[in-house]
Amino acid sequence: MTVLDVPMTELRGQQVLYPTREQYLDVAKALADDGFTIAVDLCGVDYLQHMERPLPDEVVAERFEVVVNLIDIGGRRRMRLRVQVPESEPTVASLFDLHPGTEAHERETFDMFGIEFDGHPDLTRILMPEDWVGHPLRKDYEIGRIPVQFKGAHA
Amino acid sequence: MSTTEEELTADDVVFTDDVAATSETVESAESGDDDRRYAVFVPNTYEGEQLLKPRSETTARELMREVGSVLRMSEAEAAMLGDLPEDPEEDQTMIINMGPQHPSTHGVLRLMLELQGEEVLRCKPIIGYLHTGMEKTAESLTYLQGGTNVTRMDYLSPFNNELVFSMATEALLGITDEIPERATWIRMLLSEMNRIASHLLFMATNGMDLGAVSMMIYGWREREEVLRFFQEVTGLRMNHNFIRPGGVAADLPPGWRDGVLQLMDMLPPRLDEYDTLMTGQPIWRERLQGVGVITPKEALALGATGPILRSTGVPWDLRHDLPYLEYEQLEFDTVVGSYGDAFDRYAIRLAEIRESMSLVHQILDHMPSGDYRIQDKKVTPPPRARIDESMEALIHHFKIFTEGFKVPEGEVYVGIEGPRGETGCYIASDGGPTPYRMHMRDPSFTNIQCLPHMMRGGLVADAVAVISSVDPVLGGVDR
Repeated sequence: MTVLDVPMTELRGQQVLYPTREQYLDVAKALADDGFTIAVDLCGVDYLQHMERPLPDEVVAERFEVVVNLIDIGGRRRMRLRVQVPESEPTVASLFDLHPGTEAHERETFDMFGIEFDGHPDLTRILMPEDWVGHPLRKDYEIGRIPVQFKGAHA
Repeated sequence: MSTTEEELTADDVVFTDDVAATSETVESAESGDDDRRYAVFVPNTYEGEQLLKPRSETTARELMREVGSVLRMSEAEAAMLGDLPEDPEEDQTMIINMGPQHPSTHGVLRLMLELQGEEVLRCKPIIGYLHTGMEKTAESLTYLQGGTNVTRMDYLSPFNNELVFSMATEALLGITDEIPERATWIRMLLSEMNRIASHLLFMATNGMDLGAVSMMIYGWREREEVLRFFQEVTGLRMNHNFIRPGGVAADLPPGWRDGVLQLMDMLPPRLDEYDTLMTGQPIWRERLQGVGVITPKEALALGATGPILRSTGVPWDLRHDLPYLEYEQLEFDTVVGSYGDAFDRYAIRLAEIRESMSLVHQILDHMPSGDYRIQDKKVTPPPRARIDESMEALIHHFKIFTEGFKVPEGEVYVGIEGPRGETGCYIASDGGPTPYRMHMRDPSFTNIQCLPHMMRGGLVADAVAVISSVDPVLGGVDR
């Protein structure tokens, strides 16, 4: 099934569109004209350890995904966009000019995954400290551990 | 500079040195080094790029882009609005940090305010002081343990967080329709009581921020009564992990109905007291009306939900509009405001307490008997009594708590109406016993973006009222 020349799936009662990076902004604009005027959530996923996930045939699986949840207030519908973002060039267009409410979400996605958003007015770290190295929610990011020391335990 | 120094007395030399140092920095700033230019203002709290850009770079064009995109019009049209403040001289404005440790910032929210006299020209919220990587933690907790994690995110609405996480897990498992009725109604009861508790706390903090200190004590007092009921039901005042994938952790304890009714009897006269103390009181109204106004267009564009969106007159409530659980069977109103100011947001929350109370009464009338969790052996551990009798039950119990249960591949987003707006949970599963990725869409995180728009052009004294009326919970913002 395709909508707006973009493959679509409907699983568990949820509609998902899979635009490419090039189609992404145009699809978001077309959907906004169709009533999906609120971008309620935007987040990233790093599929490094799960590259063989189920996707429509036309979609080429990449390491990162940007997931956008839209709401149509008038029609009381939800729609989700899943955009594939390659590891070699983790950049997508920013939704800021269309949905300014994604500003913080895009910054968070940049902070956590290192995905860059073209046209974002202030793409800086939002949750981690400024001088932090790396992007913590990436799957190849080591989790730090503090060694547990038991009092009186024999080494 | 050298001639001046010669003329000065010895006492003044220290002062001259300071000036010299400052002017040196300014000079180097003029040569284009932005970071050092700002070092003049905030040498001790310097955090690199987390700064407002220099005004010279963010004048007309940048501001217009901001307004233009929010109001959904071209920059040319936005310019014709003409309500953009005249750019003041650089030295007439002052940048002030409010927070992160400030009693009225509700935790560790930091605001950079650019002030001209008493007027707020710009504001930039800076967050992350409470960030503990809970979404990363979630990736190593099983679906049964996940509740303990999400319940701590927005710590004022623990039941709503658990509920949305459980609903997302159930959607992935494909057991949404098999959840026993009683479990569903217990979930509704608890999330409505949670809304009451959360809004009562808002009453307390809002009162405190605006100087009605006695209101703080009253609000906390009433909330504590609700929490006492939670404690009877779940064993804990907060962070319950009571709503779990498959149902709830335990049945309601004996006497729960009396507990609820007692609360419902206690609250109405107390709410009337709030009305006397605040709603009709001229000082309170003066302090809130017309403060922090946001238009419906702005609120929608910024993704605001919950009382903030409803205060602008948009009747959007997920319980009505995209119903979940059994809310379709209940009768209640969506409370909306008309001006989108801080007073509307206060009044909406007060009215929502009353609506939730009516919902609780209806839930009490409906509460069916039966199972409180699904009898799917995959998801539900065997009851305690079976463990004493059956070796298989013991093994099963052990396995479900150590390894967890596997959840089919896929991804799902579920959103519910929390006290602050849409609480959403996005889970991507790779077929394993822990979520491959779990993301919480916390309403406070999005709502905080409204602050700059609500504050622009207002007084710095009203900034406190505005933060308070947005009611952010920093545990949810930073996660």
